[in-house]
Order: sequence, then structure tokens, then C-alpha cells
Amino acid sequence: MSAASGAASGGAKPSSSRAKPANKAEAAADWADGRLGIYSLAKSNLRKIFPDHWSFMLGEICLYTFIIIILTGVYLTLFFKPSMGEVVYHGSYMPLNGIRMSEAYASTLDISFDVRGGLLIRQIHHWAAILFVAAMLVHMMRVFFTGAFRKPREINWIFGAMLLILGMFDGFMGYSLPDDLLSGTGIRFMEGAVLAVPIVGTYLQMFLFGGQFPGDDIIPRLFTVHVLLIPGIMLGLLVAHLILVFYHKHTQFAGPGRTEKNVVGMPLMPVYMAKAGGFFFLVFGVTSVVSAIATVNPIWAYGPYRPDQVSTDAQPDWYMGFSEGLIRLMPGWEIRAWGHTLNLGVFIPLMIFPLVLVAIWVYPFIEAWVTGDKREHHIADRPRNAPVRTSFGAAWISLYLVLLVAGGNDLFATHFHMSINSITWTMRIAFFVVPVLTFIVTKRICMGLQRRDRDKVLHGRESGIIKRLPHGEFIEVHEPLSPAQLHKLTAHDQLRPVELPAAVDENGVKRKITRSQKLRAKLSRGYFGEEGQIAKPTAEEYREITSGHGHH
Amino acid sequence: MSHDMSEEKLPEHRGSEGHEVAVHDDPFADPGLPPHEVRRTDIDERAARRAERQVALLFTVSMLATIGFIASYVVFPIDQIVFIWPFGHVSSLNFALGTTLGAALFCIGAGAVHWARTLMSDVEVADERHPIEAPEDVRAKVISDFKAGAEESGFGRRKLLRNTLIGSMALVPLSGVVLLRDLGPLPGKKLEHTGWDAATPAKPIKLVSMNTDEPLKAEDVTVGSLVFAKPQGLSEASEGFQQAIAKDAVMLVRIAPEDIKDRPSREMGFDGILAFSKICTHVGCPISLYEQQTHHVLCPCHQSTFDLSDGARVIFGPAGHPLPQLKIKTDADGNLIATGDFNAPVGPSYWERA
Ligand code: HEM
Ligand code: FES
Repeated sequence: MSAASGAASGGAKPSSSRAKPANKAEAAADWADGRLGIYSLAKSNLRKIFPDHWSFMLGEICLYTFIIIILTGVYLTLFFKPSMGEVVYHGSYMPLNGIRMSEAYASTLDISFDVRGGLLIRQIHHWAAILFVAAMLVHMMRVFFTGAFRKPREINWIFGAMLLILGMFDGFMGYSLPDDLLSGTGIRFMEGAVLAVPIVGTYLQMFLFGGQFPGDDIIPRLFTVHVLLIPGIMLGLLVAHLILVFYHKHTQFAGPGRTEKNVVGMPLMPVYMAKAGGFFFLVFGVTSVVSAIATVNPIWAYGPYRPDQVSTDAQPDWYMGFSEGLIRLMPGWEIRAWGHTLNLGVFIPLMIFPLVLVAIWVYPFIEAWVTGDKREHHIADRPRNAPVRTSFGAAWISLYLVLLVAGGNDLFATHFHMSINSITWTMRIAFFVVPVLTFIVTKRICMGLQRRDRDKVLHGRESGIIKRLPHGEFIEVHEPLSPAQLHKLTAHDQLRPVELPAAVDENGVKRKITRSQKLRAKLSRGYFGEEGQIAKPTAEEYREITSGHGHH
Repeated sequence: MSHDMSEEKLPEHRGSEGHEVAVHDDPFADPGLPPHEVRRTDIDERAARRAERQVALLFTVSMLATIGFIASYVVFPIDQIVFIWPFGHVSSLNFALGTTLGAALFCIGAGAVHWARTLMSDVEVADERHPIEAPEDVRAKVISDFKAGAEESGFGRRKLLRNTLIGSMALVPLSGVVLLRDLGPLPGKKLEHTGWDAATPAKPIKLVSMNTDEPLKAEDVTVGSLVFAKPQGLSEASEGFQQAIAKDAVMLVRIAPEDIKDRPSREMGFDGILAFSKICTHVGCPISLYEQQTHHVLCPCHQSTFDLSDGARVIFGPAGHPLPQLKIKTDADGNLIATGDFNAPVGPSYWERA
């Protein structure tokens, strides 16, 4: 600072051609620019344009809940003792007085009952974690359904998907830390799953737990992974994710003046600084109030973990519910041969998880391969205009929901007085049938909506006014759409399905058509054939209808 | 191949880009950005001042809420429980801190958003996008720079250097892998045996009640109840209790001997009393629910159901094999004793399990 003012007032400085700073703040900025080059960085970013849409706030919720989690998590580490050493509890929570428990559990009780505000911070941490994963999932859906994962954003899609997985695992590890009866059961589940891995399962289990279950090591190890390793990786990914959002510039929906070559909205400074900054406080404020009035994870009610005891309504946090569903639906297949056991009943669900991940990661590339489309896309699709993609997404969600329900099959059984057996069988069938039905229904809905858009463009909007024609017929008056609306409803691309190259080439030589070409042509027909989209109205059709016989 | 197969099928131009080439008679042409619609606060100074007052009020409420937070921290005792409708019995401190903190944060956010929406310009502006791909000359320069650098390094030419470098880089992480060895012991036969393994016919181990720590006698196990037991000498205070109980926990039932369908199972019991592992063979939850008419036990975790009258066979759910059984009898004083380990490894299955 003093250097800058010195340079400014020195006058005869050999190399500074810069104008004199108008005030202290400018002088400070000049100083920083001389070292960090902040002006070049801010040049295109300070007034960077962001488009406005409510669904673009979902990613912000993820960011803010992550910050809340870090802030509250650091506070918790000041009091939490990640140790399985045993102590006899003599804290303020009377019902557990004199009970043996791990230091981890005892210190979580202390946070809840002896540190003023500790309970609130614990609750905020946990609620924020629940919200975090939920926001990530919904944010991912938004990106998927609008096709915002297409070129050039495929890599950012992968970063995001990794954040989702890491977030879920970190949440699982987080609620395992207090070593209460509920979360200990979750760790036991993890042990069983690790043991089911063929060949190396027992080794993995011993190395993970430092011996037989539960041992003394798992909580401190989970702690390090939970507070350091995974948050560190997530922070890196998150920064990369946001840098790419800035670099690519946000997608926008079609509309008047919005093209593939521009981005329309309001500038970062001041509007989005105020809106997004304010939104952080809104999210934080709401999370605090929720934490004041709704208890989440009352570990004192579960008691300390003991491997021979269980709390009957054991349920993981919602985002782990699908794995619970998978494991409950799977029949207990075990193959025993040559002195070995292959525990398929646990191993298959365990493998479905990475498969689903890979499916999420590669979807952008699969779609790009089917379309053969190598252009950049910055106009977000309306979900109805990509019926097959939308139906895949809906089917995926329905599968997730089936598994969530299956994960709570005992709750449903007691609630609806049905036998667990019949619920489980229903869900087993639903696992296969519901996604298919969802796909079909969603596609029909999309096609119907496309048809409606087409009608709207060609015949105008229904005005709700009924008119009687001279010869007695009643008709509803249709209002023509404005040019902006006409543009909006017809702005989307419609690809044609790819065709197989002719079986013989120009020289009459037989061409070899590979299996992948055939598959691609078939998929492409599914996406863009008559079954996959309704042709949008052409200018000729429009002119013919509107000019010819007036409109009704 | 697949590349050129599709390129010509892409529409030559996209509607959304059409506005630059918009021919006037295209009814769907992009009409361009709509004119800005003014808000009251843009033209009415009184409305603008009202919005300003609202924002300032929100910020003031936030300040008051923070003072309220500090006051609550000091005033409310940590162990006070109050009834607040409709939330029920809550800690007054937690409630006061959470609501004041929430209000302080929320009002800052609400103020900032209201400010942005009413008083900051809402004129929409367009920024241009630039293609991400570098222009051809940049691409050519980078590739030739890279080639020059690679050439100067000799990486491609000096095969010996290259290969030994790759070899050393591939080996060096092994040190890190080796260091992980002491994370835990090797499995050996650890999973096969439990604490009951120490029992022999000459030196049997008594089954003691999980609740009272007293040796169990046959008459303590009555029809219709599930009795939980552990080996004598294992107490909560003993070193390694958690690890031991994770495998040694036993549940006892009494079934009329004629109702026991499985002969070997009946013979491992005593007078209709059967001792099974309490640890579910699915992923290891403790079993806790018993239905006395059917002699079924249910694991609360994923509802695996075992028929205790039929060798604890799995009759429903995701478990893959029956619960291990512990052979029991009585000693001279009528105490239930075990003379050996379970008839199978306890808990979830694993690769080495025969
Ligand atoms: C740097 C980041 C983080 C730090 C320093 C941190 C720290 C902690 C600590 C010390 C605990 C144990 C105390 C307690 O259970 O009350 C804990 C628990 C927990 N953490 Fe984190 N954490 C971080 C990130 C996360 C993330 C990313 C998630 C989830 C997506 C998460 C979810 C949880 C949950 C659900 C609990 C259980 C809280 C409860 O007991 O109710 N944490 N965390
Ligand atoms: S652990 Fe018993 S059914 Fe899963």
C-alpha cells in the first residue's frame, strides 16, 4: 500500500505510466493489480452476465449448504473426540448416567447437552448435509432434463456427479461418527458389504477396521476421511466446477433475443452479488430455524452402540435409503463351491451402485454419439422437446423412488397392515416394471405437450371466449401468439435420425455395416424418429393456416 | 465413418441462431430483446424510498436478532426444557439460539434480495459468447511447440531413458501400498471362531444371562420367550468386549421337542432349548424379534426371517444361510453349558467361508 502511494506521488517514476489513483481504495486495487493482475481477471467477470431462472438457483443451494457444513463442521471438531476408547458417562443427560460408551458418543452427548449452542450447530450441520445432497440431486436433474450436459459442459457434468457421490459418502461417514446404536448398525452393514467382495473381502475388512468388527480404529479413520480427505477433494472439485461455469457461461432458455451466441441477463455486480449473496443468508437462516424447531438424529435417544443390540426402526439418512432398498429387495443368493462362498445377495447390490455411477457419467457421451452432434449447445432444452432423454431421466427417478420405498418396506408394512413378504415381492416386480412404465408414460406426456405447442403456434392460444357463428355453431376464439412466443415455441432444434449408409457404395462394392452403426441408427430412430418427436410447424404451414381461412 | 454418417443430417441452421439472417417473412424469426419494462421504483421516487426503508428495516431486524442471540446465550440455562406449540418439548436455549440466528441471517438475505429486485437496475443485457475451441493458428502453434519440446527432451528417441523412467514411476507408488500393510492384521482363521471356541467337554463354558450376568439354568428359558446369553467371564468392562459380543451373542428359545423339525438341530439343544447365534447371517445385525407360535425370528434390519424350529433355516429375506447353532447341555448343577464353538462361522458370509 505504502509502496503504491509512494509510486503514485513520486512523480518521476521511470516505468509507471498509470493514471494517478483517485482515492485510497483505487490505490489499494492498483497495488494488488501490480502483483496479482486483478484487473485483467475482473475485466470480463465483474459485469459478467448471468441469465435468470429459478432452476439456476439449485446449484447455489448446493454451494451454500456446503459452506454451512464446513463452518459448522469445523466448530464440531473443536469438541468432538473421534475415539472408541471407553468411558463411563457422567454428563448432563441423566438417562445415560453411568453407562459405558465410546468417547465419540460421550463427546457428541457433551456437544448436545453441555456446550451451549452445540446442539444447534450439530443440528445445522446435519440438516445442511441432508439439504446438500437433496440440492445436488435436484440440481443434477435440472441439468439433465435441460440437456445442459451437452458440449461443451460434459466434463463439468462429471465433476458434478463426483461431487454427488462424495457428498453422499461423506454424509454417511458423518452420521456414523457419533458411534450411536443407529449409526453403528450402519457401519455393521458396511462391514458385511465389504466382506461380500470376492477373494479380497476379508482382507479389506481387516485393513479397514484394524482387526475384527468393530475394533478401535474405524471411528478415528472415518473421522479423518470425513473431515479432511473427502471435503478436501470436494472443495477442489467444487472450485473447478464453478470455474467451468464461469468459463462456459451459463446456459439460457430460448426466448426473444436469446441465441446460441449470446447470454442474456443481468450483471454479476451488483445484481447477482446481491441476489446470490443474499440467497446464501436465506438458506443459512432457514437451516437455522429448522434446526431450532426440528430435531434430526437425536443420538441420545438411541444409546451407545453395542453390536448385539439394535434400534428397531433403523433407517439411514434419506440419501442412503436407495442402497437399503437394493439390499432388502435382493434375494439371499449365495453360491458355495470348492470351499468358498460367493455372497451374491450382497455383492450384486454393491455392484449396481458403481454401475449406476458409470451410467450417469457416460450419458452425455452416449447421447452425443447417438446424435452425432458436435456443436456447442448453450440454449437449454425444454424437457418436452427431448422426450427420450426426459423419459430416461424420469425412469431413473422412478427407480430411485422404488428403492427408497423398498428401503422402508417395514414402515409400509406396519403402516398399511400388509405383510413384509407381499410388499417385498411387489417392490421386486416394481423394480423392473415401474421404470419401464414411467418411461412410456413420460414419453407420451412429452409428445402430447409438443403437439399442444404445435397447435398453439398454428392456431393460437385458447382465449376462453366462446363465439357463435352465423350458422349457429359455437367456437372458441383463439388468440394468435406474439412474435416472441412464436419464436420461443419453435426455436428448438429437431434432429433427423441418422440413416445407415447404403448397403453398396458408389462403385457397387458391398459396404460392411458394423454392428455399432446399426445400433446407433436404431437408437437414433428412437430418439428422433416419428415415435420420438412431433415435427414442429414450418413457416409454410403457419402461413397457410393464418392467411388462408382466418383463424379459428 | 460414423462421423460423416451424421453430419449431413444436422439441420443447416438452428432457429435460435436465425435472427441474424432473419428474413422478414419468417413468422418464427427472433424478434430480438423485448423493451425493458419499468418498475414503480424506477420512476416513482416515493416508491424507491419506500423500498429503501423496507430494506433498511430488514437489516435492522437482523441486528436486533443478533443481540437477541447473544442475550439468549447468556440468559437461558442449557438444561431448560419448555413446551412450545406446535413443536412440543424443546430446549429453550436451542430454540432461542436457532430462531434468533435464523432471523439475523434471513433478514440480511431478504434485505439484499429485496434491494436487488427493487432498486438495482433490471435492464437485461446480452454478453457475447465466443467459441471455446482455439482458432486454427493457435492450435497449430501449440502443437508445433509441443513437438519442439518433445523433440528437445529426446523422450521419443532415447528409448532406454523413456523405459527406465516409466519403470521407476510405476514402481515408486508401491512403497505407499506397502506402508498400508499395518492397517490391520491378516484375516487368517479369525472369522471362523468365536469366544465359545475355548469351550471343551473337559472345560465347558457356562451361558450367562445378558441382563443379570447370572448362569442360566434350563428352567430360566421358558416357552415363548427369547433369552439372550453370553459366555461366562465376558463382561462389559472386559477389554475387547465390543469385539467379542459382536460374535458371541446367543439367543435361547424353548420349543416343544416334537415341534422341532430338524433332527440335528434338536440334538444340539437340551430338552427343547436351542441356542442360536444372535447375529444375522445377512450383514450382521442383531436379531431381536421372536414370534412364538411359528418359532420365527426376524432381523429388524432387512427382515430376514429364520425358522428356529427348522435349524434356523432362512424362510424369507436377503440372508443367505441359516443362523449358526451352539450345542448346549447342562452341568451337574443344572446350568446351561457349551462344550465347543458354533457349528458354523457367525455373521455375514465371506469368500473363505466353506
Ligand atoms: C470440512 C468439512 C466437514 C467437517 C469439518 C465436518 C465435521 C464433522 C464432525 C466433527 C462431526 C461429528 C460431530 C457430530 O456428529 O455431531 C460431523 C458429523 C456429521 N457430518 Fe460432517 N463435517 C464436514 C463435512 C460434511 C459433509 C460434506 C457432510 C455431508 C454431505 C457432513 C455430514 C455430517 C453428518 C450428517 C454428521 C452427523 C451429525 C450428527 O451427529 O447429527 N459433514 N461432521
Ligand atoms: S442384517 Fe439381518 S436382514 Fe440384513
